[in-house]
Amino acid sequence: MADTSAAAQPATDNPVEYIQHHLTNLCLGCDPETHRASGLIDFSVFFLDTFLVSLFLAGLIMLAAWRVGRRIDPDNPTGLQNVLEILVEFVNGMVRDVFPKPNVLVGPLGLTIFVWVFLMNLMDLIPVDLVPWLMFEAGVPYFKVVPTTNLDATFGLSLSIFLLIIVHNVRERGAWGYVKTYLSHPFGIWLFPVNVAMTLIEEIAKPLSLGLRLFGNLFAGELLFILIALLPFWAQFVPGGAWAIFHVLVITLQAFIFMLLSIVYISLAYQDDH
Amino acid sequence: MNVTATLFGQMGTFLVLVLFVMKFLWRPILDALEDRRKRIADGLAAAEQGHESQARAEEQAQEVLKEAREQASEIISQAQRRGSEIVEESKASARNEGERILVAARAEVDQESMRAREALRSEVGRIALVGAERLLRREVDADRHAELLGQLAEEL
Repeated sequence: MADTSAAAQPATDNPVEYIQHHLTNLCLGCDPETHRASGLIDFSVFFLDTFLVSLFLAGLIMLAAWRVGRRIDPDNPTGLQNVLEILVEFVNGMVRDVFPKPNVLVGPLGLTIFVWVFLMNLMDLIPVDLVPWLMFEAGVPYFKVVPTTNLDATFGLSLSIFLLIIVHNVRERGAWGYVKTYLSHPFGIWLFPVNVAMTLIEEIAKPLSLGLRLFGNLFAGELLFILIALLPFWAQFVPGGAWAIFHVLVITLQAFIFMLLSIVYISLAYQDDH
Repeated sequence: MNVTATLFGQMGTFLVLVLFVMKFLWRPILDALEDRRKRIADGLAAAEQGHESQARAEEQAQEVLKEAREQASEIISQAQRRGSEIVEESKASARNEGERILVAARAEVDQESMRAREALRSEVGRIALVGAERLLRREVDADRHAELLGQLAEEL
């Protein structure tokens, strides 16, 4: 949520630096001067904040899942069990609608994506200055609290989905059958060079669009919160509140879209006319 | 805006999270839902069965009631028949008894009249004998005419 504290006040003196600071990760292996990775893809770098926050949220989910799953009562559902039952039924219904045959993995996968992405997105509603300020007080110079404003988090998910798409395709059609879809789709076997290019683009576009959509929405959302935090404090309430309310919708919708598209993409392995 | 080694950390976390959720949440909840669905279906079936058996029991009860009513009316009509029979019987026996008493009375009356007639006869005979004796005292010898008088008394 837009920050309303005095901590935002000095930021207006140097908005560029303020924004830069907010967009800098707590980083292992970054350039000590710029605190950035050296390139778009740099595997020598590890963003500790993104990893820890998403790990913490995953731990929360595990804790809730374990606590609820251990003492499940079919006759007298209470509290969190109700919520999770609704979610499970909701996701399960969607999986059953899309999948022609039962699949053990996709249901829990969809549920996990929805809940985890939702929680990671929810970090966006924490006042933008609160966590960085607390961390700064604790001696941590940079802390970016929303994991899904980081390409690693969104691509981590979407590449996992991509791998699952390939696994399901190979399992359903066989390795040769899967390769054949690249050769013969969509124009028939005689145009295979075109087919390979088209199908490759189509397939790569799936994880790419998944990851970039989520990243883009959340990054833009966070940036707007940061910009709102640059306003004088008396002017922050209205735009900050409005954007926060709207953002509740966005984060839920993005989590839902990510889950739905993941399920649909994996289910395509079972469609014959692919 | 970089793709870094964090990617692999994220993928690892995701993998563990999915497996954990699958094992500790998804399966138990689906089992519980299935369990609940089955229980509700069983409950509804049992209720349906209960309704059916109730209807059957009611039908049976109606039948038993009807039978009982029929039996009762049969018993009543039997009793009535028996009652009228008894009345008839007692009427007949009373009539018989009456007749018997009448006959006995008549016989007694007959006997009585017979006896009276006998007594009368012997009295008349004695009176006649006395009269005749008084009339014939002088002329009739009692011993001589005793046989004659005895015959007369016999005829009377």
